[in-house]
Amino acid sequence: MSKKLISEGSEWTFDLLNEYDHEIGKIAEEYQLDTYPNQIEVISSEQMLDAYSSVGMPVGYHHWSYGKKFVSNADSYQQGRSALAYEIVINSDPCIAYLMEENNMTMQALVIAHACYGHNSFFKGNYLFKTWTDASSIIDYLVFAKNYVSKCEERHGVEAVESLLDSCHALMNYGVDRYKRPSPISAEEERRRQHEREEYMQSQVNELWKTIPEKIDKDEEVQHANFPSEPQENLLYFIEKNAPLLEPWQREIVRIVRKIAQYFYPQRQTQVMNEGWATFWHYTLLNTLYDRGQVSDGFIIEFLKSHTSVVYQPDFDSQYFSGINPYALGFNMMTDIRRICENPTDEDRHWFPDIAGSDWLKTLHFAMQNFKDESFVQQFLSPKLIRDFKFFQVVDDAKDREIVIGNIHDEMGYLGIREALAQQYNLSMNEPNIQVFNVDVNGDRSLTLHHIQHDDRPLGDSTQEVLRHLHCLWQFDVHMETRNNGKLVKRYSCPLESTED
Amino acid sequence: MTYIVDRRVNGKNKSAVNRQRFLQRYKKHIKKAVSESISQRSITDIEKGENISIPKKDISEPVIHHGQGGRRSIVHPGNKEFVRGDRIPRQSGGGGSGGEGEASNTGEGEDAFVFQITQDEFLEFLFDDLELPNLVKRQLAGAESFKQVHGGIITEGSPSRINIGRSMRSATARRMALGSASKKRLRQLENELKEMLAKEFVSQDQTRIKELRLEIDKLQRKIKRIPFIDTFDLRYNLKIKQPQPVAKAVMFCIMDVSGSMTQITKDIAKRFFILLYMFLKRNYKKIDVVFIRHHTVAKEVEEEEFFYSRETGGTIVSSALKLMNEIIAERYSPEEWNIYTAQASDGDNWNDDSPVCSKMLTENILPVSQYYAYLEITPRQHQALWHEYTKVQSAHPEEFAMQQLVSAADIFPVFRELFQRTPA
Repeated sequence: MSKKLISEGSEWTFDLLNEYDHEIGKIAEEYQLDTYPNQIEVISSEQMLDAYSSVGMPVGYHHWSYGKKFVSNADSYQQGRSALAYEIVINSDPCIAYLMEENNMTMQALVIAHACYGHNSFFKGNYLFKTWTDASSIIDYLVFAKNYVSKCEERHGVEAVESLLDSCHALMNYGVDRYKRPSPISAEEERRRQHEREEYMQSQVNELWKTIPEKIDKDEEVQHANFPSEPQENLLYFIEKNAPLLEPWQREIVRIVRKIAQYFYPQRQTQVMNEGWATFWHYTLLNTLYDRGQVSDGFIIEFLKSHTSVVYQPDFDSQYFSGINPYALGFNMMTDIRRICENPTDEDRHWFPDIAGSDWLKTLHFAMQNFKDESFVQQFLSPKLIRDFKFFQVVDDAKDREIVIGNIHDEMGYLGIREALAQQYNLSMNEPNIQVFNVDVNGDRSLTLHHIQHDDRPLGDSTQEVLRHLHCLWQFDVHMETRNNGKLVKRYSCPLESTED
Repeated sequence: MTYIVDRRVNGKNKSAVNRQRFLQRYKKHIKKAVSESISQRSITDIEKGENISIPKKDISEPVIHHGQGGRRSIVHPGNKEFVRGDRIPRQSGGGGSGGEGEASNTGEGEDAFVFQITQDEFLEFLFDDLELPNLVKRQLAGAESFKQVHGGIITEGSPSRINIGRSMRSATARRMALGSASKKRLRQLENELKEMLAKEFVSQDQTRIKELRLEIDKLQRKIKRIPFIDTFDLRYNLKIKQPQPVAKAVMFCIMDVSGSMTQITKDIAKRFFILLYMFLKRNYKKIDVVFIRHHTVAKEVEEEEFFYSRETGGTIVSSALKLMNEIIAERYSPEEWNIYTAQASDGDNWNDDSPVCSKMLTENILPVSQYYAYLEITPRQHQALWHEYTKVQSAHPEEFAMQQLVSAADIFPVFRELFQRTPA
């Protein structure tokens, strides 16, 4: 108890925020947390509701679906059905974190530790974020997007823009490159290029659809060549570049939606890690403050109360159960890695020969930097945690009349559980595998997609509706074929084909 | 490096546009919900918001996702008694596993999207595409009332409009402009004189002193001659007459309270009156309501008495119209007031009286009225009054409307019918 307390009482002030941030920042540096500069914004609960419904974008174009989110959030908040999140943090440089004014000092400190040092360092360090997002330009890009969309609304009418955005949103999950890395460019560059792009793209598209027959040299070969030559997984990209009838501004809007989808793609793949990392660090940082006598007993008890409710994992048969809590799994895995490094058991030495007994801070940073949820679970989920969580695997096969319990938390099951849980976080397993397969360039210009079926899982009931949206973009016939090992299982079409039901 | 920014001063309605877009998009649904709610709830608490519920499937945003079927495996926490190979019968209703649905935002789950709209929005949707008939006509024709408004400052006007502050200000400015050169010179000369006089007598230049004194005297008199205030300084307030669109409305509620009117009939009438009142209130700042009830004689009464007191006896409708006419003449000059009337009756009238009514309407009331709505609340056959009124309506299709009501459920549809916006 050498140092004196930073504050007493629960009221926060701007001075205290500064001081807490300073102290927490000092400790974070000792733990080698490398962060973007922080921009902490204090907002009211109404503003938090606003921030909520724009899915975490500080500026966004207008769309009714955000209004819908706002309406339902506001309603459930006002009726007391749900509380607001304590914070929202944005992957940008400087890293913007929202603090709600209603929070007391302890909560503000928790949020600063969690968002400004936890999430922030994750955004800066994790390979997915480094590869796919450009924190320094995202805000500028969003501003560009917002202005562009509203300019289009003025020029082409709100309705036209809205229905286009509807169609793009329906395909948003298929607007990401999973493997190819885009080159980052700044927003000014974006603006400058945008005009050039408009003209160039239109000319390219016209080239593809030219109706004047060319001199046929090696006719047979050309006739049967597929377009695209290889299947494409990024539907929105394909639309943007190849849809025959879209106008330049429509292509640009497709591009905007695609870019935003790409920006959020890493977040969707690192939920467990990201939250786990941030939770681990708010826990560690604030406890360090306490150990050094800078915060009071009351502070730490209040903090622990919030912390435990954040990392609570209800059992599958509890009424509060809604899947695995990413905070709980992430936090426990991070803590477990530290345990394996510091106090490894024989089991750990057997399972994790590389990290057992190593420097925990280094190992943890390595884990944070080089994995995503799927591979993180695959690599680091220990038998001890599987036992702690009492994980078990349920196999549900529609061909079977009963559902079957697969692996459970025993010696035989550890590997299977780990494998299955990792797959659960694999986005490309959770989302149907859809690819652009062919365009009938010389015929009716129809677009054919393939759904590569996995584990016999069919498409959901809104597929036809999504196809309708795709048809709005492509503007010629659109088909989707579900294929299982190359065999046609089901065919969707828009407009509906009369020969099929 | 940390910056702390206080954003609370920024606006909080960032989502207002998006919310509006949402409401706009689902206007049809919301209107339906509003119309339904109006027939259900007591019409007296019309002045509050409403919970709107829209089927979830109508507002879902479609995405490609996996459907039921096929093979999937899920890892759950909190195993109690399961061991490998246990078989559990499938729960009815599809392949739900362990009581949990993965894709909870599709298919199952709550099937209605519920949210609140404010009172204003509620009324907006309620009265959407209804309009007050003949509103425009009166406003164009009737620039009869004026309002005096401040129109700035001018240099000419009547003495009663003098703006003292402005006048004094320009007087001061004028005095400064005219006098400052002389005053400056005066100060110079006075200083010079003071210096001279401070010297010993022998070295004083007596002629110069005389000159100075003379000039000082001249300057002082010149400064004094500048008038404190001049007609040139006067400023007047300008009042201008602005034509005032007639923004006042009076609503006459006429109801038959003879023996044949039951409490249920009166209740239906009341609801209709209140609806009309709400609607007028959206269009006019100031509304007076006049309640006239009648059996064989008419009487102007307070609201409470209007709706709840019981009377018996026969019916003479013209008595009410006569009283209304008198009240208009006495208190509500048609130049100033927009006059709306809603008359509710069960259709009973003393047979000889009906022609009198139609004559009074045509000659006295309709010419000064914006709109006259007659409601007949009866399941029975029409009587003489209805037939007379039908004639009035064909003569005055613009100002006169009539509808028949049978039950409370008809109130809103009939109301809509009466005030349906007619395509221009």
